[in-house]
Amino acid sequence: MTQIIFITADEQEHVLEADSGSLMELAVANNIAGIDGDCGGVCSCATCHVHIAPEDKARVGEASEIEADMLELAENVTENSRLCCQIAISDKLEGIRVTVAEG
Amino acid sequence: MSGNTCVIVGASHGGVNCAFELRKQGFDGDIVLIDKDPQLPYHRPPLSKAFLLGGDPTALQPLKAQSAYAQSDIDLKLGVEVESLDVSAKQVVTSEGAIDYDSVVLATGATPFIPPISGLSEAKNSFVLRDANDATDILAAVQNTENTINHVVVVGAGYIGLEAAASLSKLGAKVTVVEREQRILQRVASEPLSTFMTHKHKANGIEIVCQKTVSAVKTSEANQLVVLDDGTELKADMIIVGVGVRVNTELAQASGIETLPQGIVVDAHMKTSISNIYAVGDCTVFPHPTLGDKCHIESVQNAVGQARIVAQTITGKVSTYDEQPWFWSDQFDAKLQSVGLPKDADNILVREEGDNALSVWHFDGEALVCVEAINAPKAYVLGGRWIAKKVLIDKEKLTDVNVAIKDCVL
Repeated sequence: MTQIIFITADEQEHVLEADSGSLMELAVANNIAGIDGDCGGVCSCATCHVHIAPEDKARVGEASEIEADMLELAENVTENSRLCCQIAISDKLEGIRVTVAEG
Repeated sequence: MSGNTCVIVGASHGGVNCAFELRKQGFDGDIVLIDKDPQLPYHRPPLSKAFLLGGDPTALQPLKAQSAYAQSDIDLKLGVEVESLDVSAKQVVTSEGAIDYDSVVLATGATPFIPPISGLSEAKNSFVLRDANDATDILAAVQNTENTINHVVVVGAGYIGLEAAASLSKLGAKVTVVEREQRILQRVASEPLSTFMTHKHKANGIEIVCQKTVSAVKTSEANQLVVLDDGTELKADMIIVGVGVRVNTELAQASGIETLPQGIVVDAHMKTSISNIYAVGDCTVFPHPTLGDKCHIESVQNAVGQARIVAQTITGKVSTYDEQPWFWSDQFDAKLQSVGLPKDADNILVREEGDNALSVWHFDGEALVCVEAINAPKAYVLGGRWIAKKVLIDKEKLTDVNVAIKDCVL
Protein backbone atom coordinates (compact mmCIF):
# COMPACT_ATOMS: atom_id res chain seq x y z
CA MET A 1 0.00 0.00 0.00
CA THR A 2 1.16 3.49 -0.87
CA GLN A 3 0.57 6.26 1.61
CA ILE A 4 -0.63 9.62 0.25
CA ILE A 5 -1.14 12.70 2.40
CA PHE A 6 -3.91 15.11 1.37
CA ILE A 7 -4.04 18.53 2.99
CA THR A 8 -7.44 20.22 2.81
CA ALA A 9 -8.34 23.91 2.99
CA ASP A 10 -8.88 23.67 6.76
CA GLU A 11 -5.20 22.60 7.00
CA GLN A 12 -6.16 19.11 8.12
CA GLU A 13 -3.86 16.30 7.03
CA HIS A 14 -5.56 13.17 5.73
CA VAL A 15 -3.29 10.14 5.47
CA LEU A 16 -4.76 7.72 2.93
CA GLU A 17 -3.61 4.44 1.44
CA ALA A 18 -4.14 2.64 -1.85
CA ASP A 19 -2.16 0.55 -4.30
CA SER A 20 -3.90 1.43 -7.53
CA GLY A 21 -6.27 3.93 -9.13
CA SER A 22 -5.74 7.67 -9.34
CA LEU A 23 -5.20 10.22 -6.59
CA MET A 24 -8.60 11.67 -7.51
CA GLU A 25 -10.38 8.34 -6.97
CA LEU A 26 -8.61 7.92 -3.63
CA ALA A 27 -9.62 11.42 -2.56
CA VAL A 28 -13.26 11.02 -3.63
CA ALA A 29 -13.50 7.61 -1.98
CA ASN A 30 -12.40 9.27 1.26
CA ASN A 31 -14.57 12.38 0.92
CA ILE A 32 -11.66 14.82 0.73
CA ALA A 33 -13.24 18.28 0.59
CA GLY A 34 -12.51 20.20 -2.61
CA ILE A 35 -11.87 17.18 -4.84
CA ASP A 36 -15.02 16.60 -6.89
CA GLY A 37 -13.91 14.75 -10.01
CA ASP A 38 -17.13 15.69 -11.82
CA CYS A 39 -15.97 14.22 -15.13
CA GLY A 40 -15.08 10.90 -13.56
CA GLY A 41 -11.35 11.23 -14.14
CA VAL A 42 -10.91 11.89 -17.84
CA CYS A 43 -9.21 15.26 -17.55
CA SER A 44 -12.23 17.23 -18.73
CA CYS A 45 -13.49 19.30 -15.81
CA ALA A 46 -10.58 20.57 -13.69
CA THR A 47 -12.41 19.86 -10.40
CA CYS A 48 -9.58 17.80 -8.88
CA HIS A 49 -6.89 20.48 -8.78
CA VAL A 50 -4.08 19.97 -6.26
CA HIS A 51 -0.69 21.48 -5.51
CA ILE A 52 2.11 18.97 -5.20
CA ALA A 53 4.68 19.62 -2.47
CA PRO A 54 7.76 21.03 -4.27
CA GLU A 55 10.01 18.26 -2.92
CA ASP A 56 7.67 15.60 -4.35
CA LYS A 57 7.27 17.09 -7.82
CA ALA A 58 10.04 15.09 -9.45
CA ARG A 59 8.49 11.81 -8.31
CA VAL A 60 5.02 12.76 -9.49
CA GLY A 61 6.15 13.91 -12.92
CA GLU A 62 4.90 16.53 -15.35
CA ALA A 63 1.39 17.24 -16.57
CA SER A 64 0.59 16.14 -20.13
CA GLU A 65 -0.16 18.82 -22.70
CA ILE A 66 -3.91 18.25 -22.40
CA GLU A 67 -3.74 18.44 -18.62
CA ALA A 68 -1.64 21.61 -18.74
CA ASP A 69 -4.20 23.17 -21.06
CA MET A 70 -7.06 22.12 -18.80
CA LEU A 71 -5.29 23.62 -15.80
CA GLU A 72 -5.71 26.99 -17.45
CA LEU A 73 -9.38 26.59 -16.55
CA ALA A 74 -8.63 26.30 -12.85
CA GLU A 75 -8.16 29.05 -10.32
CA ASN A 76 -5.06 29.43 -8.13
CA VAL A 77 -2.80 27.69 -10.61
CA THR A 78 0.88 27.54 -9.66
CA GLU A 79 3.91 25.73 -11.04
CA ASN A 80 3.01 22.92 -8.61
CA SER A 81 -0.51 22.46 -9.94
CA ARG A 82 -1.77 19.12 -11.19
CA LEU A 83 -5.16 17.57 -11.90
CA CYS A 84 -4.97 14.60 -9.59
CA CYS A 85 -7.17 12.34 -11.76
CA GLN A 86 -4.13 12.16 -14.01
CA ILE A 87 -1.79 10.88 -11.30
CA ALA A 88 -1.74 7.10 -10.99
CA ILE A 89 -0.90 5.67 -7.59
CA SER A 90 2.25 3.52 -7.43
CA ASP A 91 5.02 2.74 -4.91
CA LYS A 92 7.12 5.59 -6.15
CA LEU A 93 4.56 8.07 -4.73
CA GLU A 94 5.02 6.76 -1.15
CA GLY A 95 4.44 9.56 1.33
CA ILE A 96 3.82 12.43 -1.12
CA ARG A 97 2.01 15.48 0.18
CA VAL A 98 -0.66 17.14 -1.95
CA THR A 99 -2.65 20.22 -1.01
CA VAL A 100 -6.17 20.63 -2.34
CA ALA A 101 -6.24 23.85 -4.38
CA GLU A 102 -8.78 26.47 -3.36
CA GLY A 103 -11.43 27.81 -5.64
CA MET B 1 -33.70 23.41 12.15
CA SER B 2 -35.44 20.24 13.29
CA GLY B 3 -38.50 19.17 11.39
CA ASN B 4 -37.00 20.39 8.12
CA THR B 5 -36.77 17.46 5.76
CA CYS B 6 -35.61 17.56 2.16
CA VAL B 7 -36.42 14.48 0.13
CA ILE B 8 -34.42 14.04 -3.09
CA VAL B 9 -35.91 11.68 -5.67
CA GLY B 10 -33.17 10.21 -7.84
CA ALA B 11 -29.58 9.56 -6.73
CA SER B 12 -27.45 10.07 -9.78
CA HIS B 13 -25.24 13.07 -10.64
CA GLY B 14 -27.99 15.63 -9.92
CA GLY B 15 -29.49 14.12 -6.78
CA VAL B 16 -26.22 13.16 -5.11
CA ASN B 17 -24.60 16.52 -5.76
CA CYS B 18 -27.73 18.24 -4.47
CA ALA B 19 -27.54 16.30 -1.19
CA PHE B 20 -23.88 17.12 -0.57
CA GLU B 21 -24.28 20.71 -1.71
CA LEU B 22 -27.17 21.20 0.74
CA ARG B 23 -24.80 20.31 3.58
CA LYS B 24 -22.12 22.58 2.14
CA GLN B 25 -24.66 25.42 2.11
CA GLY B 26 -25.39 24.81 5.79
CA PHE B 27 -28.67 22.90 5.54
CA ASP B 28 -29.08 21.23 8.94
CA GLY B 29 -32.38 19.41 8.46
CA ASP B 30 -32.82 15.80 7.39
CA ILE B 31 -31.80 14.80 3.88
CA VAL B 32 -33.36 11.67 2.40
CA LEU B 33 -31.93 10.58 -0.96
CA ILE B 34 -33.93 7.90 -2.76
CA ASP B 35 -33.28 5.82 -5.86
CA LYS B 36 -34.71 2.60 -7.20
CA ASP B 37 -31.25 1.60 -8.48
CA PRO B 38 -29.71 -0.56 -5.72
CA GLN B 39 -26.12 0.37 -6.68
CA LEU B 40 -24.16 2.90 -4.68
CA PRO B 41 -24.53 6.02 -6.91
CA TYR B 42 -21.93 5.93 -9.65
CA HIS B 43 -20.47 7.95 -12.51
CA ARG B 44 -22.50 7.35 -15.65
CA PRO B 45 -20.17 8.64 -18.41
CA PRO B 46 -17.60 5.83 -18.01
CA LEU B 47 -20.31 3.18 -18.56
CA SER B 48 -20.04 3.47 -22.35
CA LYS B 49 -16.25 3.85 -22.27
CA ALA B 50 -13.82 2.80 -19.50
CA PHE B 51 -16.32 0.44 -17.84
CA LEU B 52 -16.93 -1.61 -21.01
CA LEU B 53 -13.23 -1.63 -21.89
CA GLY B 54 -12.13 -2.47 -18.35
CA GLY B 55 -14.08 -5.73 -18.41
CA ASP B 56 -14.74 -5.79 -14.66
CA PRO B 57 -18.49 -5.74 -13.93
CA THR B 58 -17.84 -4.69 -10.33
CA ALA B 59 -15.71 -1.69 -11.32
CA LEU B 60 -18.40 0.99 -11.14
CA GLN B 61 -16.90 4.30 -10.14
CA PRO B 62 -18.80 5.65 -7.13
CA LEU B 63 -19.76 9.32 -7.12
CA LYS B 64 -19.02 9.39 -3.39
CA ALA B 65 -17.78 6.76 -0.97
CA GLN B 66 -20.45 4.92 1.00
CA SER B 67 -19.01 6.41 4.21
CA ALA B 68 -19.40 9.94 2.85
CA TYR B 69 -23.19 9.70 3.06
CA ALA B 70 -23.10 8.82 6.74
CA GLN B 71 -20.43 11.47 7.39
CA SER B 72 -22.66 14.12 5.83
CA ASP B 73 -25.75 12.70 7.54
CA ILE B 74 -27.48 11.86 4.28
CA ASP B 75 -30.06 9.08 4.53
CA LEU B 76 -29.42 7.15 1.32
CA LYS B 77 -32.30 4.84 0.46
CA LEU B 78 -31.33 2.61 -2.46
CA GLY B 79 -33.56 0.07 -4.14
CA VAL B 80 -36.57 2.10 -3.05
CA GLU B 81 -39.24 3.17 -5.52
CA VAL B 82 -41.04 6.50 -5.19
CA GLU B 83 -44.68 5.83 -6.00
CA SER B 84 -46.24 9.26 -5.65
CA LEU B 85 -46.05 12.74 -4.21
CA ASP B 86 -48.91 13.78 -1.99
CA VAL B 87 -48.66 17.52 -2.31
CA SER B 88 -51.47 18.36 0.12
CA ALA B 89 -50.22 16.05 2.87
CA LYS B 90 -46.59 16.96 2.01
CA GLN B 91 -45.55 13.33 1.77
CA VAL B 92 -43.37 11.33 -0.57
CA VAL B 93 -44.92 7.88 -0.86
CA THR B 94 -42.35 5.14 -1.41
CA SER B 95 -42.37 1.35 -1.67
CA GLU B 96 -41.24 1.41 1.97
CA GLY B 97 -43.80 3.85 3.31
CA ALA B 98 -44.50 7.58 3.34
CA ILE B 99 -41.96 10.26 4.24
CA ASP B 100 -43.07 13.71 5.43
CA TYR B 101 -41.27 16.45 3.54
CA ASP B 102 -40.69 20.16 3.79
CA SER B 103 -39.05 20.29 0.37
CA VAL B 104 -38.66 17.84 -2.50
CA VAL B 105 -36.06 17.82 -5.27
CA LEU B 106 -36.99 15.80 -8.34
CA ALA B 107 -33.88 14.44 -10.03
CA THR B 108 -35.73 11.75 -11.90
CA GLY B 109 -33.64 11.80 -15.08
CA ALA B 110 -34.74 10.13 -18.27
CA THR B 111 -35.34 6.71 -19.78
CA PRO B 112 -33.95 5.47 -23.11
CA PHE B 113 -36.52 5.49 -25.87
CA ILE B 114 -37.09 2.17 -27.58
CA PRO B 115 -38.39 2.72 -31.11
CA PRO B 116 -41.27 0.53 -32.24
CA ILE B 117 -39.26 -1.70 -34.58
CA SER B 118 -40.72 -5.04 -35.55
CA GLY B 119 -38.84 -7.87 -33.82
CA LEU B 120 -36.73 -5.58 -31.61
CA SER B 121 -38.36 -6.51 -28.32
CA GLU B 122 -37.76 -10.22 -29.00
CA ALA B 123 -34.20 -9.70 -30.26
CA LYS B 124 -31.23 -11.42 -28.60
CA ASN B 125 -28.57 -9.28 -26.96
CA SER B 126 -30.43 -6.04 -27.60
CA PHE B 127 -29.55 -3.28 -25.17
CA VAL B 128 -29.92 0.36 -24.36
CA LEU B 129 -27.13 2.08 -22.41
CA ARG B 130 -28.11 4.40 -19.62
CA ASP B 131 -27.42 2.81 -16.25
CA ALA B 132 -25.14 0.31 -14.55
CA ASN B 133 -27.55 -2.53 -15.24
CA ASP B 134 -27.45 -1.88 -18.98
CA ALA B 135 -23.66 -1.66 -19.01
CA THR B 136 -23.25 -4.81 -16.92
CA ASP B 137 -25.61 -6.70 -19.24
CA ILE B 138 -23.63 -5.57 -22.30
CA LEU B 139 -20.38 -6.61 -20.63
CA ALA B 140 -21.82 -10.02 -19.71
CA ALA B 141 -22.90 -10.55 -23.32
CA VAL B 142 -19.45 -9.56 -24.59
CA GLN B 143 -17.79 -11.94 -22.13
CA ASN B 144 -20.14 -14.86 -22.80
CA THR B 145 -17.81 -17.39 -24.42
CA GLU B 146 -20.67 -19.59 -25.61
CA ASN B 147 -22.04 -16.89 -27.85
CA THR B 148 -19.30 -14.79 -29.39
CA ILE B 149 -20.22 -11.26 -30.39
CA ASN B 150 -18.73 -10.78 -33.84
CA HIS B 151 -21.15 -8.28 -35.33
CA VAL B 152 -22.74 -5.35 -33.57
CA VAL B 153 -25.34 -2.95 -34.96
CA VAL B 154 -25.70 0.36 -33.15
CA VAL B 155 -28.96 2.16 -33.88
CA GLY B 156 -28.49 5.91 -33.51
CA ALA B 157 -25.32 7.95 -33.95
CA GLY B 158 -25.56 10.20 -30.93
CA TYR B 159 -22.87 10.29 -28.28
CA ILE B 160 -23.98 7.15 -26.46
CA GLY B 161 -24.23 5.15 -29.68
CA LEU B 162 -20.85 6.31 -30.96
CA GLU B 163 -19.09 5.78 -27.64
CA ALA B 164 -20.56 2.28 -27.40
CA ALA B 165 -19.53 1.65 -31.01
CA ALA B 166 -15.94 2.74 -30.29
CA SER B 167 -15.72 0.59 -27.17
CA LEU B 168 -17.24 -2.54 -28.75
CA SER B 169 -15.01 -2.14 -31.78
CA LYS B 170 -11.96 -1.91 -29.53
CA LEU B 171 -13.16 -5.14 -27.91
CA GLY B 172 -12.96 -6.81 -31.30
CA ALA B 173 -16.46 -6.59 -32.76
CA LYS B 174 -17.28 -5.49 -36.30
CA VAL B 175 -19.59 -2.55 -35.66
CA THR B 176 -22.09 -0.83 -37.97
CA VAL B 177 -23.79 2.37 -36.85
CA VAL B 178 -27.14 3.18 -38.44
CA GLU B 179 -28.36 6.79 -38.33
CA ARG B 180 -31.59 8.11 -39.83
CA GLU B 181 -30.31 11.69 -40.19
CA GLN B 182 -27.92 12.97 -42.86
CA ARG B 183 -24.91 12.83 -40.61
CA ILE B 184 -23.80 11.48 -37.23
CA LEU B 185 -24.31 13.70 -34.17
CA GLN B 186 -26.67 15.86 -36.23
CA ARG B 187 -28.80 16.89 -33.24
CA VAL B 188 -25.87 17.84 -31.00
CA ALA B 189 -22.82 18.87 -33.02
CA SER B 190 -21.74 20.93 -36.02
CA GLU B 191 -21.06 19.54 -39.45
CA PRO B 192 -17.24 19.88 -39.31
CA LEU B 193 -17.24 17.94 -36.06
CA SER B 194 -19.51 15.25 -37.52
CA THR B 195 -17.23 14.95 -40.54
CA PHE B 196 -14.13 14.58 -38.37
CA MET B 197 -15.77 11.94 -36.18
CA THR B 198 -17.13 10.06 -39.20
CA HIS B 199 -13.58 9.75 -40.56
CA LYS B 200 -12.31 8.76 -37.13
CA HIS B 201 -14.82 5.94 -36.81
CA LYS B 202 -14.32 4.73 -40.36
CA ALA B 203 -10.54 4.74 -39.93
CA ASN B 204 -11.05 2.47 -36.95
CA GLY B 205 -13.08 -0.04 -38.93
CA ILE B 206 -16.58 1.09 -38.00
CA GLU B 207 -19.14 1.29 -40.74
CA ILE B 208 -21.41 4.34 -40.65
CA VAL B 209 -24.71 4.22 -42.51
CA CYS B 210 -26.64 7.50 -42.57
CA GLN B 211 -30.12 8.33 -43.88
CA LYS B 212 -31.31 4.81 -43.23
CA THR B 213 -33.74 3.53 -40.67
CA VAL B 214 -34.18 0.09 -39.20
CA SER B 215 -37.39 -1.55 -40.36
CA ALA B 216 -37.12 -4.89 -38.60
CA VAL B 217 -35.01 -7.28 -36.59
CA LYS B 218 -35.13 -10.91 -37.68
CA THR B 219 -33.97 -13.40 -35.09
CA SER B 220 -33.62 -17.12 -35.76
CA GLU B 221 -31.72 -19.98 -34.16
CA ALA B 222 -28.98 -19.55 -36.75
CA ASN B 223 -28.51 -15.81 -36.77
CA GLN B 224 -29.93 -12.37 -36.14
CA LEU B 225 -30.34 -9.70 -38.81
CA VAL B 226 -31.11 -6.01 -38.64
CA VAL B 227 -33.09 -5.07 -41.74
CA LEU B 228 -32.80 -1.51 -43.03
CA ASP B 229 -35.46 0.42 -44.94
CA ASP B 230 -33.64 -0.20 -48.25
CA GLY B 231 -33.67 -3.96 -47.62
CA THR B 232 -30.03 -4.23 -46.52
CA GLU B 233 -29.55 -6.97 -43.95
CA LEU B 234 -26.87 -6.51 -41.30
CA LYS B 235 -25.66 -9.36 -39.11
CA ALA B 236 -26.16 -8.42 -35.49
CA ASP B 237 -25.05 -10.68 -32.64
CA MET B 238 -25.70 -7.61 -30.51
CA ILE B 239 -27.87 -4.53 -31.00
CA ILE B 240 -27.32 -1.28 -29.12
CA VAL B 241 -30.22 1.17 -29.29
CA GLY B 242 -29.16 4.77 -28.69
CA VAL B 243 -31.89 6.92 -30.18
CA GLY B 244 -32.44 9.33 -27.33
CA VAL B 245 -34.48 9.42 -24.17
CA ARG B 246 -37.88 10.26 -22.79
CA VAL B 247 -37.78 12.44 -19.70
CA ASN B 248 -39.20 10.93 -16.51
CA THR B 249 -41.98 13.42 -15.81
CA GLU B 250 -44.67 10.96 -14.64
CA LEU B 251 -44.22 11.63 -10.92
CA ALA B 252 -44.34 15.40 -11.45
CA GLN B 253 -47.30 15.20 -13.81
CA ALA B 254 -49.31 13.02 -11.46
CA SER B 255 -48.74 15.60 -8.71
CA GLY B 256 -50.06 18.45 -10.83
CA ILE B 257 -46.64 20.02 -11.45
CA GLU B 258 -46.35 21.85 -14.77
CA THR B 259 -44.50 19.76 -17.35
CA LEU B 260 -43.80 19.88 -21.06
CA PRO B 261 -43.05 16.91 -23.31
CA GLN B 262 -39.33 17.69 -22.90
CA GLY B 263 -39.37 17.96 -19.12
CA ILE B 264 -40.48 19.38 -15.78
CA VAL B 265 -40.78 23.17 -15.98
CA VAL B 266 -38.56 25.03 -13.50
CA ASP B 267 -37.52 28.66 -13.08
CA ALA B 268 -33.92 29.93 -12.89
CA HIS B 269 -33.80 28.88 -9.21
CA MET B 270 -35.00 25.33 -10.00
CA LYS B 271 -38.47 25.86 -8.53
CA THR B 272 -41.33 23.95 -10.13
CA SER B 273 -44.88 25.31 -10.38
CA ILE B 274 -45.67 23.93 -6.90
CA SER B 275 -44.01 25.58 -3.94
CA ASN B 276 -41.28 23.67 -2.10
CA ILE B 277 -40.92 21.26 -5.00
CA TYR B 278 -37.82 21.64 -7.16
CA ALA B 279 -36.27 19.76 -10.06
CA VAL B 280 -32.73 19.40 -11.47
CA GLY B 281 -30.85 17.74 -14.29
CA ASP B 282 -31.95 15.82 -17.38
CA CYS B 283 -35.60 15.95 -16.30
CA THR B 284 -35.93 19.75 -16.42
CA VAL B 285 -36.93 22.49 -18.83
CA PHE B 286 -35.36 25.71 -17.60
CA PRO B 287 -34.74 29.33 -18.57
CA HIS B 288 -31.19 30.47 -19.25
CA PRO B 289 -30.04 34.07 -19.76
CA THR B 290 -28.29 33.37 -23.06
CA LEU B 291 -29.76 30.07 -24.25
CA GLY B 292 -33.47 30.80 -24.10
CA ASP B 293 -36.62 30.32 -22.04
CA LYS B 294 -37.18 26.61 -22.49
CA CYS B 295 -33.82 24.87 -22.41
CA HIS B 296 -33.42 21.17 -21.98
CA ILE B 297 -29.92 19.76 -21.64
CA GLU B 298 -28.94 16.17 -20.95
CA SER B 299 -25.49 16.22 -19.39
CA VAL B 300 -23.58 15.65 -16.18
CA GLN B 301 -22.51 19.28 -16.02
CA ASN B 302 -26.11 20.50 -16.27
CA ALA B 303 -27.21 18.17 -13.47
CA VAL B 304 -24.32 19.15 -11.20
CA GLY B 305 -24.69 22.87 -11.94
CA GLN B 306 -28.42 22.85 -11.26
CA ALA B 307 -27.86 20.82 -8.08
CA ARG B 308 -25.67 23.65 -6.77
CA ILE B 309 -28.36 26.21 -7.54
CA VAL B 310 -31.22 24.27 -5.95
CA ALA B 311 -29.19 23.77 -2.76
CA GLN B 312 -28.74 27.53 -2.57
CA THR B 313 -32.44 28.15 -3.24
CA ILE B 314 -33.51 25.71 -0.51
CA THR B 315 -31.12 27.32 1.97
CA GLY B 316 -32.59 30.74 1.28
CA LYS B 317 -30.06 32.25 -1.12
CA VAL B 318 -30.95 33.70 -4.47
CA SER B 319 -28.83 32.41 -7.29
CA THR B 320 -29.69 31.98 -10.90
CA TYR B 321 -28.63 29.13 -13.14
CA ASP B 322 -26.56 30.80 -15.85
CA GLU B 323 -23.66 28.37 -16.41
CA GLN B 324 -22.61 27.78 -20.01
CA PRO B 325 -23.20 24.14 -20.83
CA TRP B 326 -20.10 22.04 -21.30
CA PHE B 327 -19.70 18.51 -22.43
CA TRP B 328 -17.09 15.92 -23.25
CA SER B 329 -16.80 12.61 -25.07
CA ASP B 330 -13.93 10.24 -25.75
CA GLN B 331 -13.96 8.07 -28.86
CA PHE B 332 -10.78 6.29 -29.97
CA ASP B 333 -8.02 8.91 -29.74
CA ALA B 334 -10.44 11.82 -30.16
CA LYS B 335 -11.02 13.84 -27.03
CA LEU B 336 -14.05 15.95 -27.72
CA GLN B 337 -14.96 18.91 -25.54
CA SER B 338 -17.57 21.55 -26.13
CA VAL B 339 -18.79 24.65 -24.35
CA GLY B 340 -21.90 26.66 -25.14
CA LEU B 341 -24.60 25.53 -27.56
CA PRO B 342 -24.32 25.97 -31.32
CA LYS B 343 -28.00 26.62 -31.93
CA ASP B 344 -27.91 30.43 -32.08
CA ALA B 345 -24.86 30.71 -34.31
CA ASP B 346 -25.14 32.25 -37.76
CA ASN B 347 -21.50 31.82 -38.73
CA ILE B 348 -18.82 29.31 -37.85
CA LEU B 349 -15.06 29.10 -38.23
CA VAL B 350 -12.93 25.99 -38.23
CA ARG B 351 -9.39 26.03 -36.90
CA GLU B 352 -7.48 22.95 -37.94
CA GLU B 353 -4.46 22.07 -35.91
CA GLY B 354 -2.66 19.17 -37.52
CA ASP B 355 -4.58 16.21 -38.86
CA ASN B 356 -5.92 14.98 -35.55
CA ALA B 357 -7.14 18.17 -33.90
CA LEU B 358 -9.59 20.89 -34.72
CA SER B 359 -11.83 23.43 -33.09
CA VAL B 360 -15.12 24.80 -34.39
CA TRP B 361 -15.95 28.34 -33.31
CA HIS B 362 -19.62 29.37 -33.43
CA PHE B 363 -20.59 33.03 -33.60
CA ASP B 364 -23.87 34.88 -33.45
CA GLY B 365 -22.74 37.88 -35.49
CA GLU B 366 -19.50 38.77 -33.71
CA ALA B 367 -20.45 37.20 -30.38
CA LEU B 368 -18.82 33.86 -29.63
CA VAL B 369 -21.52 31.42 -28.47
CA CYS B 370 -20.00 27.95 -28.66
CA VAL B 371 -16.70 26.14 -29.15
CA GLU B 372 -16.40 22.50 -30.08
CA ALA B 373 -12.89 21.11 -29.77
CA ILE B 374 -11.31 17.80 -30.70
CA ASN B 375 -7.91 17.17 -29.13
CA ALA B 376 -7.71 20.93 -28.67
CA PRO B 377 -8.33 21.60 -24.97
CA LYS B 378 -6.84 25.08 -25.22
CA ALA B 379 -9.59 26.10 -27.62
CA TYR B 380 -12.16 24.66 -25.26
CA VAL B 381 -10.72 26.34 -22.18
CA LEU B 382 -10.15 29.77 -23.72
CA GLY B 383 -13.39 29.59 -25.69
CA GLY B 384 -15.38 28.92 -22.54
CA ARG B 385 -13.75 31.82 -20.79
CA TRP B 386 -14.33 34.16 -23.73
CA ILE B 387 -18.01 33.21 -24.08
CA ALA B 388 -18.56 33.96 -20.39
CA LYS B 389 -16.72 37.29 -20.60
CA LYS B 390 -18.20 38.23 -24.01
CA VAL B 391 -14.72 38.75 -25.43
CA LEU B 392 -14.54 39.81 -29.09
CA ILE B 393 -12.31 37.76 -31.34
CA ASP B 394 -10.23 38.45 -34.44
CA LYS B 395 -11.71 35.84 -36.75
CA GLU B 396 -8.96 36.13 -39.34
CA LYS B 397 -6.25 35.38 -36.81
CA LEU B 398 -8.30 32.56 -35.34
CA THR B 399 -8.22 30.54 -38.53
CA ASP B 400 -4.45 31.04 -38.84
CA VAL B 401 -2.89 28.18 -36.87
CA ASN B 402 0.39 30.07 -36.72
CA VAL B 403 -1.27 32.54 -34.36
CA ALA B 404 -1.72 31.16 -30.83
CA ILE B 405 -5.37 31.09 -29.77
CA LYS B 406 -4.72 33.37 -26.84
CA ASP B 407 -3.47 36.04 -29.25
CA CYS B 408 -6.72 36.10 -31.22
CA VAL B 409 -8.49 38.53 -28.92
CA LEU B 410 -9.50 41.80 -30.52
